[in-house]
Amino acid sequence: MPYLKLDHIAKSFVRGSQKTVVLADVTLAVEKGEFVSIIGHSGCGKTTVLNIVAGLVAATTGGAILEEREVSEPGPDRAVVFQNHSLLPWLTVYGNVRLAVDKVFAARKTRAERHVWTMHNLDLVQMAHAKDRRPAEISGGMKQRVGLARALAMEPKVLLLDEPFGALDALTRSYLQDSVMALHEKLGNTVLMITHDVDEAVLLSDRIAMMTNGPAATIGEVLPVPLPRPRKRLELATSPVYLKCRQRMLEFLYERHRFVEAA
Amino acid sequence: MRKKLAMNMPAVKVDLGPIPPPLPAQSTAKVLPLLAPKPTLKSRIAAGSTAIAARVFPPALVIALLLAIWQILCSKAGATLPAPSKVVSDAWGLISDPFFDNGGLDKGLFWHISASLQRVALGYALASIVGVALGALVGQSIWAMRGLDPIFQVLRTVPPLAWLPLSLAAFRNGQPSAIFVIFITAIWPIIINTAVGIRNIPQDYRNVAAVLRLNHLEFFLKIMVPAAAPYIFTGLRIGIGLSWLAIVAAEMLIGGVGIGFFIWDAWNSSHISEIIVALVYVGLVGFVLDRIVAGIASIVTHGTAAN
Repeated sequence: MPYLKLDHIAKSFVRGSQKTVVLADVTLAVEKGEFVSIIGHSGCGKTTVLNIVAGLVAATTGGAILEEREVSEPGPDRAVVFQNHSLLPWLTVYGNVRLAVDKVFAARKTRAERHVWTMHNLDLVQMAHAKDRRPAEISGGMKQRVGLARALAMEPKVLLLDEPFGALDALTRSYLQDSVMALHEKLGNTVLMITHDVDEAVLLSDRIAMMTNGPAATIGEVLPVPLPRPRKRLELATSPVYLKCRQRMLEFLYERHRFVEAA
Repeated sequence: MRKKLAMNMPAVKVDLGPIPPPLPAQSTAKVLPLLAPKPTLKSRIAAGSTAIAARVFPPALVIALLLAIWQILCSKAGATLPAPSKVVSDAWGLISDPFFDNGGLDKGLFWHISASLQRVALGYALASIVGVALGALVGQSIWAMRGLDPIFQVLRTVPPLAWLPLSLAAFRNGQPSAIFVIFITAIWPIIINTAVGIRNIPQDYRNVAAVLRLNHLEFFLKIMVPAAAPYIFTGLRIGIGLSWLAIVAAEMLIGGVGIGFFIWDAWNSSHISEIIVALVYVGLVGFVLDRIVAGIASIVTHGTAAN
C-alpha cells in the first residue's frame, strides 16, 4: 500500500440535465518522502485533483487514501500552499503562521514552544526578519514563502502545492524553486505539486504525472525523473537525462495532447 | 558557377575566443554625499504651519463669504430670516453658555444635545449588536438570506418617522419609542453591509479555515469578523448618520429634553435665531459622530482592506 494513493478519482458536475465529466479514473501512488508533480494544460482539472486530496472538494467516485485512511474532509495533515498565497491580510507574517501553529499544536505544545516553532518555520523560509510585517507590505515571492512556512508548520503528512510559483516573475520563481528543493532535501516531506511549467516539474520532481486534456481528464503517463539529488539548476541545463525528460513531456503536452483552445 | 559562389561565400567560421571577463564595477568613482540641510526647529514649524494653513484657510474663506452674502441678503427691510449678526445678538445667551439649567425644558444646548445623544447611543448600540448578528446570519446561510432578505428589503424603505406612531402605541412612552425609532433606522444598513461583507469573504480564506479545521466560533472571530470589518464599518457609519437624522425628527414629535424638541419649541416661540444656532450644533455633532465611527473603523480595520 503506498503512502498516498489517488484511487480511481472521478469528478463530474451536473447542471440541470447536462453532466460535465471533469476527471475520470485518476489513479496515482505517492511514496513517503517522494516529490510528485502533476502537470497539464490549464483547465484540465489539475487543481481539482489537488482539492480532492486536500478534502476541499469531494470526488464523485473514488477518492484519496492517505496512510490507509480515506480522505473525507480538509485537515492540517494535508497542508496546502495556495496559488495566490491566501495569507490573511489583517494578520502579520508571524500571526499567519502562528494561527496555524496555535490550532494544530494547541494540545501538544506550550505557548512558548508554539512561539519557538513558529519562528523556526519562518527561519526555514528566511522570513523571520519580516515577521511583524503584514502581507500587503511584502513582495509576492515573500508571501509565497510565508504560505510555505504556514504549511510546513502544520507538520503535514503530505504537502500540497497548488501552482505555488505561478504568479511570480521568472527570477523569483527560480529562487523559490531552489528553496523548495532545499527544504525537501532537509525535511523529507512527501510533496504533491500542481504545475504547468515543464522545467519546474523536471527540476523538482521524482516523478511527473502528465494529465490529458479535459473533459474526462486523466493521468496519461507517469514519467520518472532519474536525476540524482541534490540537483543544480546550471548543471541540469546540459544533462542528457534532464533534456530527455523535458523532451518527453513536451511531446506529451504539445503533440499528443495539444491544447486546442489555447491556440 | 557553384565554385565561384563557394568562393564568394566561404563557410563562415567565427571564433569568438574566450569570453572577456566582466568589467569591474566602477568603484573608483568618488561618491559625494548629498548635503541635506538639517531641518531646524524654525523651518519645521514653518512647514507645519503652512500645511495647517492650507487646510484651514480655504474653508474659512468660503464660510466668511457665505456669511457675508447672508448678511447682505437678510439685512434688507422685510427679510424673513435674521442676518448672522442678529442671530448672534439674539441668541447670545444660548451661544455663550451652553450649560445653564433653569429647570424644566429651559436648559442650555449642551443638555439638549446630551439627551439626544443618549437616545442615539442606546438605539444605535442595540442596532449595531442586532444588525451585525442578523447580517452574519443572512450572509452565512443561504436559507436565512432567502427567508429574511425580501422582508429586510421592504422594511428598510419605511421612513423612520412612520415607525413612531406604532412604537408609541406599543411602548406608551416617548423615551423607548424614540430609542426604537433610532434602532429601526440604523439597523438596515448595518444588516445589509454586514451580510454583503460576509458573502464576499474570499473562498481562499474559507479554504484556509477548512484546512486548519477552525470551529464555528473560531471561524467567526478569526476569519469572518476581520474579513468583513470594512463592510461592517461602512454599515455602521451609514447607521450613525441616519440615527442622527432620525433623532431630531423623532424628538420634535415626542417632546421632552432633546435638540429636536428644542428646535420645534423655538419655532413655536418664533425664536428663529435659536433655531439657527441649534442647527449649527446639530451639524457639528453629526460631523463629530461620523468622524468618531470612521476613526474607530480605520483603527480596527488596519490592514484589512489592503490585500
